[in-house]
Parts: sequence; structure tokens; C-alpha cells
Amino acid sequence: MRLQQAAGSGSIERRQMGRLVDRSLKWLLFASGITLVVLFILFIIILFSEAGESIREFGWKFIFGSDWNPVTHQYGALPFIYGTIVSSIIAIFIASIVGVAAAVFLTQLAPNWLAGPVLFLIELLAAIPSVVFGLWGIFELAPFLRTDVQPFLQKYLGFLPLFQGPMYGVGMLTAGLILAMMILPTITSIARDVILTVPSEQKEAAFALGATKWEMIRLAILPYSWSGILGGMMLGLGRALGETMAVTMVIGNRPEIAASLFAPSYSMASVIANEFTEATASIHLSALTEIGLLLFAVTFVLYMFARLLIRRVVRVQGGRA
Amino acid sequence: MYSRVLRRKITNQLAAVLLGLAAIIAVIPLFSILWYVLKQGISGIGVTFFTNLPAPVGVPGGGMGNAVVGTLELVLIASIISIPIGLGAGIYLYEYGNSKLGAVIRFLSDILSGVPSIIVGLLVYLLVVLPMGGFSALAGGISLAIIMIPVLTRTTEQMIRLVPDSLREASLALGATQSQTLIKVILPTAIRGITTGIMLAMARVMGESAPLLFTAFGSSFWNVNLDQPIAALPLQIYVYAISPYDEWHSQAWAGALTLVGIVMIITIIARILTREKH
Repeated sequence: MRLQQAAGSGSIERRQMGRLVDRSLKWLLFASGITLVVLFILFIIILFSEAGESIREFGWKFIFGSDWNPVTHQYGALPFIYGTIVSSIIAIFIASIVGVAAAVFLTQLAPNWLAGPVLFLIELLAAIPSVVFGLWGIFELAPFLRTDVQPFLQKYLGFLPLFQGPMYGVGMLTAGLILAMMILPTITSIARDVILTVPSEQKEAAFALGATKWEMIRLAILPYSWSGILGGMMLGLGRALGETMAVTMVIGNRPEIAASLFAPSYSMASVIANEFTEATASIHLSALTEIGLLLFAVTFVLYMFARLLIRRVVRVQGGRA
Repeated sequence: MYSRVLRRKITNQLAAVLLGLAAIIAVIPLFSILWYVLKQGISGIGVTFFTNLPAPVGVPGGGMGNAVVGTLELVLIASIISIPIGLGAGIYLYEYGNSKLGAVIRFLSDILSGVPSIIVGLLVYLLVVLPMGGFSALAGGISLAIIMIPVLTRTTEQMIRLVPDSLREASLALGATQSQTLIKVILPTAIRGITTGIMLAMARVMGESAPLLFTAFGSSFWNVNLDQPIAALPLQIYVYAISPYDEWHSQAWAGALTLVGIVMIITIIARILTREKH
């Protein structure tokens, strides 16, 4: 009797105990989840408050002014914005063509034993640290471009302002190429995922109508996966815009707007990396933070678009796994 | 008629060749980088490279011992901070993620994982370095942790979602509490995927240098103190790479070989672990 009672009350205690554990666990998990929200808010508050001085001082001149002089405290970020945008456009252009074509090859043409390892190798490229890309860029890619690729481009396409002027090796073109390699894995693997969601009925219908493999790809696969691929390109663009070390090492770090892709340039992330620790005046620090804030805002917007585009494709065609 | 068929066939072949060529071009950078890092770096690797401090130009026998230790320490700090939070947030999204707050957290973790790492460094500088009055290993660790948290959150949620619902329901039906189910049934089942996620996140931040520039800052001395600047492999590689000295360049290559070696090994092991599962 007493034994039973003891057992009974024990199990009640245990049940209460269990409930207590459940509840504290829930709070613990909740706190972890909230940390992400707090982090995001911190980003916005801290960046805005630190950039405030520069925003008030320069207004729109900050974005459209091209005079950046920490000595006289003139801060116009246009050369950096230009460098970031142009190098990213070069990157997205090259990486999209190569990446999407490679994804089509891997999903439609390559046998399985080949497609798996090749995709693995492309994705492994994403594991290479940025600074190693930069090191390789300075000592292997830039000299190669200077001695082999740039003279060739100048010889045949030199009538375009893009390919005129002295060839240094380091510069906009090199930065764009390095960035292209860095975002290639992102674009390739998203393009592959999106292409895999194309229903086989679409492909079979194209074949049944007598299409060749290429015609099937062009008529059934590409139109179907276009918006998802665009989303992947935006994710890649987001990465390219914010990439710092590799670009800093090969872009040349000269705040000038030049028509030639051979000329040295400067990027938004690079100027933060180079000047932030040396910035002693508060307005300088504030101006650099404003550049950071701009980058933050742009990557935020790109991410939202990308998500929208990729989600739509994957949800409508692939369903949620 | 015949010529049209022929033209379509030729176009088809040509397209196949071009697409294949793109795949070949896509793997060239990896091999080129690995080849040069190995070729240029191997001669600089030796015992002294891992035991010595960086030497001034002209003094032989410099190494990156402090940077190797520093990188490991930074990743350790980052892991200690980010793993509980990342795992917790991931589990939260799994258990209670169907709410509005869940959607917000999921969205923000995507956004945060896309924030350029240099801006994470900026934030930590303003938030930690300035109040603490100087660069420190702790600040470096925190900035790497901020990069790891969103990555861990998403992989944890994804990996737990792979656990069949029937397992969870069976456990609950047997009278287990929610926490018992989570700790004794769900997490052990998903542990392999989560471990892989942690390894990949560590490999990723190990190569980060931008957020360390104005947090950990780098150092030419041995340091394990949390409140002092600390050396890191990527930072040391960067400093040596942009210097004008040949011997520092070869040190940079040796450092790159070390870094790429560690990162590749972790990445490949993680990949093999996930591959076996499917």
C-alpha cells in the first residue's frame, strides 16, 4: 500500500518534472531563435547610428561624388560603387554562362558516373578560402592575363574603350574573373537543382515532337527553369558584391573610374578592408560604415528577390521535400 | 529537307560540345589553384613552419606556428558560441517553426547568411572592439560565430526534418515527453547530418579573413589570451601576399597550402559522411 503510494506520488513528481524540463527547453530554444532576430536588428541599428554622421554630412553626394579624400574629409563613394558593380557584372556574366551551361551538361548530357564527381569538384571550389583565391590571383592569374590574355584582347578588340590602355595584370578584369570563379559553384548548383525540377513530361513531350536533345533543352528546360536560374544568379551577385579579400588583392586599389577593364579600380568592400583600421577621424569611420550599410542594404534586397524567384520554382514544380 | 535535318543534327552536336566544354572550364580553376598552392607551398612546409614565429625579412626560419594555433583558437571560440545558438535555433524552427515568428527567423537566417563577412567585422568592431578598448581574440571569435550561426540554424533544421515523423510519433505515443523525444530519439537520429553541418561551417569560417581584419587583427607573437590580438592563418597569408618580399611570398604559399589542406580534408570528410547516408 505504502509502496504503491510512493510509486504514485513519484510518477506525479516525474510528470511535473518532465513538464518543467519541457518548458525550460522551449524557452532555451526560443532564446536561440530570437538571437537571430536580435542580430539582425543590431546590424541595422549599429550600422545606421555609426553611419549617421556621414549620411547627414554628405547626403546624396556620398553616392554620386567621386572625390574620396580622408585628408580633407571629402567622401564621395562613387569610384568604389562603380568598381564593385562593374567587377560583379563581369563575374555574373561569365559565371552564369559557364555555370548554367555546365549545369545543363551535368543534368542532361553527362552520364551519372561523370556528373556526380564533376559537380563535387565544382562545389569544392566554394571551399577554397577567399585569401587563397587572392594569392593565386596575384601570382598566377594576373601575370597570365598580363602576358597572354590582355594583349590578345587588345589586339583584336582594342577598338573598344574597354580593352584599351596599359596592361598591369591587376585591375578590374582580373577582379571580375576571380569573382566569377568564386560564385561559379553557387550558380552551378542552384541551376542544377532548378533544372532537376523540370517535369519529365515536358522533356518527353519535346522528344515526342521530334526535338533533338539541344532543342529539348532550349524549348523545354531553359524556359521552365529560367526564373530559378535568375534567382541563383542573384544569389551569386550578392556574394560577388560583398566579396572582400580576393578582390582587394587583385583589383589594384586605385579609386578611379576608368573606361578600360585593364585599369586598376577599387571596390566598396576593399576600401573598408584597407582603411577601417587606419581611420582615426570619426567622419572617416562613419563614411566607411555608410559604405558597409549600402552593401548590407543591397545584399538584403538581392536576397529577397532571389528567394522569391527560387521559392516559386521549387514550390510550384518540385513541391516541398 | 535533308539539309535541314543535317543542320539540326550539327547544331545538336555543337551544343553538346559547347556544354561539355563549359563543364571542363568550370573545373579548371579548382585544379589550377590546388596545383599552384601545392607546387609553391610544399617547399615552405616543414617542422619549423609549424613551430616558429614569423621572422623579419632576411632572417631565415620563420614560421606560422602562432597563426595556426590562432586560427584553431578562433574557430574554437566561434564554435563554442555558435553551436548552442545555431542548434537551438534550428531545433526551435523544427519544433515551433510553423508560426509567424518561425517564418521571420527562417527568413532572417537566410539574410544573415548572405551578409558580406566584412560587414560582420564592422559590426563586431563597433560592438565589441570599441567598448573593450582594443582588438582581441574574443572579438575575432565572435565575428566568426556570427557567420556560423545562420548556417548552423538552417542545416540543423534541414537535418532534423529528414528524421521520419513516425519515429517522433512513436516516441510520443510511448509517453515520452517532448524533451525526451527530442534528446533521446530525434537528435541521435539526426546527429550525423548535424555534425556534418558543423564541420562545413567550421571549414568555412576557418578561411575567413575579412571579418578578422579589425577584430582579431593579427599578431606576430604567441598568444592565447582572449583579450589580446591574435594571429590567424588567412590574415598572415594576406599580409605576406601583399608584401614585396619573395621569402614572405613563399611563406604565404606554405600558409595557403596548410589552410587549403585543412579545409579540404574537413570538407571532403563531411561530404563523404552525408553521401553515405542517402
